Amino acid sequence: MMQEQGIEMFKDKRKSIMNWLMPKLLFLCALVSIGTTVGIVWTLFGETVAFFKQVTVFDFITGTQWTPLIDPRSYGVLPLLLGTFQVTLIACLFAFPIGIASAIYLSEYAPNRVRKVVKPILEVLAGIPTIVLGYFALFFVTPQLQKIFDTMGIFNALSAGICVGIMIIPMISSLSEDAMNAVPKKLREGAFALGATRFEVATQIVFPAALSGIIASFVLAFSRAIGETMIVTVSAGATPKIDINPLDSIQTMTAYIVQVITGDAAHGTIEYQTVYAVGMTLFIITFLLNIVALLIARRYREEY
Amino acid sequence: MEKAIRIDGLNVYYETFHALKNIQIEALPARAITALIGPSGCGKSTFLRTINRMNDLVPGSRVDGKIIINGVDIYDQQVDVEALRKKIGMVFQQPNPFPKSIYDNIAFGPRLHGVTKKSELDEIVESSLRQAALWDEVKDKLKKMAYDISGGQQQRLCIARAIAVNPEILLMDEATSALDPISTIKIEELAQELKSKYTIIMVTHNMHQAARASDHTGFFLNGELVEFATTEQLFSNPGDERTESYITGRFG
Amino acid sequence: MNLKIRRAQNKMFEFLFILALSIAMLVLLVLLVQIVIDALPRLSMQFVTSFPSSEPSEAGIYPALIGTLYVIGIMTPIAFFIGTGAAIYLEEFSKKNALNSFIQLNIRTLAGVPSIVYGILGLTIFVRGAEFGASLISGAFTMTLLVLPIIIVAAQEAIRAVPRARREAALALGATKWQTVARAVLPSAVPGILTGMILAVSRAIGETAPLIMIGAFTFVAFLPESLTDSFTVLPIQFFNWIARPQDEYHELAASGILILLLVLISLNITAVWLRNKYQKRI
Ligand SMILES: Nc1ncnc2c1ncn2[C@@H]1O[C@H](COP(=O)(O)OP(=O)(O)OP(=O)(O)O)[C@@H](O)[C@H]1O
Ligand SMILES: [Mg+2]
Repeated sequence: MMQEQGIEMFKDKRKSIMNWLMPKLLFLCALVSIGTTVGIVWTLFGETVAFFKQVTVFDFITGTQWTPLIDPRSYGVLPLLLGTFQVTLIACLFAFPIGIASAIYLSEYAPNRVRKVVKPILEVLAGIPTIVLGYFALFFVTPQLQKIFDTMGIFNALSAGICVGIMIIPMISSLSEDAMNAVPKKLREGAFALGATRFEVATQIVFPAALSGIIASFVLAFSRAIGETMIVTVSAGATPKIDINPLDSIQTMTAYIVQVITGDAAHGTIEYQTVYAVGMTLFIITFLLNIVALLIARRYREEY
Repeated sequence: MEKAIRIDGLNVYYETFHALKNIQIEALPARAITALIGPSGCGKSTFLRTINRMNDLVPGSRVDGKIIINGVDIYDQQVDVEALRKKIGMVFQQPNPFPKSIYDNIAFGPRLHGVTKKSELDEIVESSLRQAALWDEVKDKLKKMAYDISGGQQQRLCIARAIAVNPEILLMDEATSALDPISTIKIEELAQELKSKYTIIMVTHNMHQAARASDHTGFFLNGELVEFATTEQLFSNPGDERTESYITGRFG
Repeated sequence: MNLKIRRAQNKMFEFLFILALSIAMLVLLVLLVQIVIDALPRLSMQFVTSFPSSEPSEAGIYPALIGTLYVIGIMTPIAFFIGTGAAIYLEEFSKKNALNSFIQLNIRTLAGVPSIVYGILGLTIFVRGAEFGASLISGAFTMTLLVLPIIIVAAQEAIRAVPRARREAALALGATKWQTVARAVLPSAVPGILTGMILAVSRAIGETAPLIMIGAFTFVAFLPESLTDSFTVLPIQFFNWIARPQDEYHELAASGILILLLVLISLNITAVWLRNKYQKRI
């Protein structure tokens, strides 16, 4: 009997092989994400370097003409950057107030049954493919706006911006709502017990406590807007120019990349390399924004 | 004895759950300490939260019956909840300072209710902190975050915050249960001092606390108010068997 | 007086907040109605079973539909295993060290990389580097990389939601670490992981830009038969139609979009239902 017990305590080979092997396999899975990042950086880097052998970084960053596909060729990225930021800015002006107001309503005012219905609807909105929003921008928003602004072109920054805004509203509202929900209930109770109204609790207690999370949601949404491709490709136009009139056609970085790839630029040419240079620019900007958002969001977890 | 609150046929429900059953209190004494005791889940917190209508915030909760303060039924349509809560301060089980400075925590209530002058706020902050016996400990760090002081100090800060709006009644829901014995004693002593100005109702799990710190005691069981009497009488000569079993530790 | 103003302020802002929320939902409604109106003249069974054609009245989405199904069909199992695997590693096996917090940070930032950048990656690595060409496999691999962060984050949350006591109970019964994870933790996390999977799949179905980058933007008049065949997908077919000047094509795009939206909304409802059903009892 003693012996039997002793035997049971020896290691079961199969059991311990799995226990040894699985963590290593799983680790490989996790490494795929590192591989992806390395792949992105390495991929962009190679061709970008080739590009900058022909165009100086200075000309690229400060040039005000972007005409890589037609003579006289010029490689100043500013028009694309400005186009991108114009659309993004319009999107944010439209989406931030709506997103944050919806979040406050959902987290501080809405009865449960309203929340149960509204949140899935916002998720549907979040899941609308961007090509669909592009369609909506081109065939609905622009014609409607043209009734108001008669100088508005078929392709314009305004409609694209509004639809990019529609795209980021659910993101802002759900992330901000999460941040506000993370504020402990006892803080709200403390304020209510002093006779604060709901609005005062929301703006003086919950909003400040959730502020870093809310700002992080703004930054993430901003970054998402910058990287958005299909809406702007379909509805903002393909005319890279420095033009702050939102009724005019512009071109964003992403739309330019699509234009080159769907055209006939051959591999190895400088036209082709511009895709990588612009892609690198896009990647760096969004990457930095994401890091900023993560750092800001990390702060609010440490409080209370 | 002056009376602060009269309660008449009070029933509270959460959805279908009957949490308080026909509570009747002819006269809850003013400027005195009333302790509420009873086993966990018997409805003490619920009772306390109906007095300042904090239970309005719980979805699915329902109240009928009357709670009469200064001759007014607080569940009357005309009553303004915010004004009511200004009149009735509350201190919670867990200290819950706002993520603001000590000063701003105290000033929060007065600011809500319209005090804007700096000198006036300074005065309120100082006097509230003095009343809460906290002034000497924090007077040099009023601009510090309220989280940076000890749990016992935070709880006294919350008391100061509650009295800063000059309430008539102070509700304390197990306000000392998260604190160490020394902080607990401090808060009990504080309550003794405050009772000359405020009507204090405190929920406690600690029967010794009820016995030594209160003037009147109510004993709740399964949503019923079994007995309401002077503390002395309730502990020395309980009128109900169930009270007796509870205070002698036979259940609960 | 003062209190009256404060209550009025509260009411007014509540109204404004509701208004904002209504705008968001109204937009969705207008969008859906507009698509339905545009789609109705073209919608038919033949539309689903026909190839695209230069004659709008005969054109359909069949090859694009099949292309989408293939891409999703290849992507889903790969992304599921890698994504869940990574999540299990990060939640259950990773030690707190620099490499692992870097992986964690890296996943969060990858989730924010624009999809078109994944397209550039796919183009360079799969289409050119591995010489898969503008093929199904290039598309599916690119999409896998794109949705991985979504799946990993969702799976991590699902695993984290399983109470600690569950693990300790299994360990105390003599289970190995791996047995604990496989038998005590994962079963409870499956609904959460599936929800994340469904959301990832809907994201992939609607993605256009990365596949344009790898060269799926072509006129495809045949069905892909092997992994290395070229293909197109639904959103790209719509993009193609939207870009043409004639209204007939725009109606075709709307019809296709309507079908796509119906699929996506059903997936979404399934995800919500799954989440509600299992959220309560972890
Ligand atoms: N929000 C709520 N929803 C549903 N039921 C509730 C709610 N709050 C309290 N209850 C129930 O009402 C009863 C009384 O709860 P209450 O919190 O008043 O008890 P208590 O006497 O304060 O207990 P404790 O001493 O544990 O704090 C309990 O049975 C509780 O389960
Ligand atoms: Mg209680």
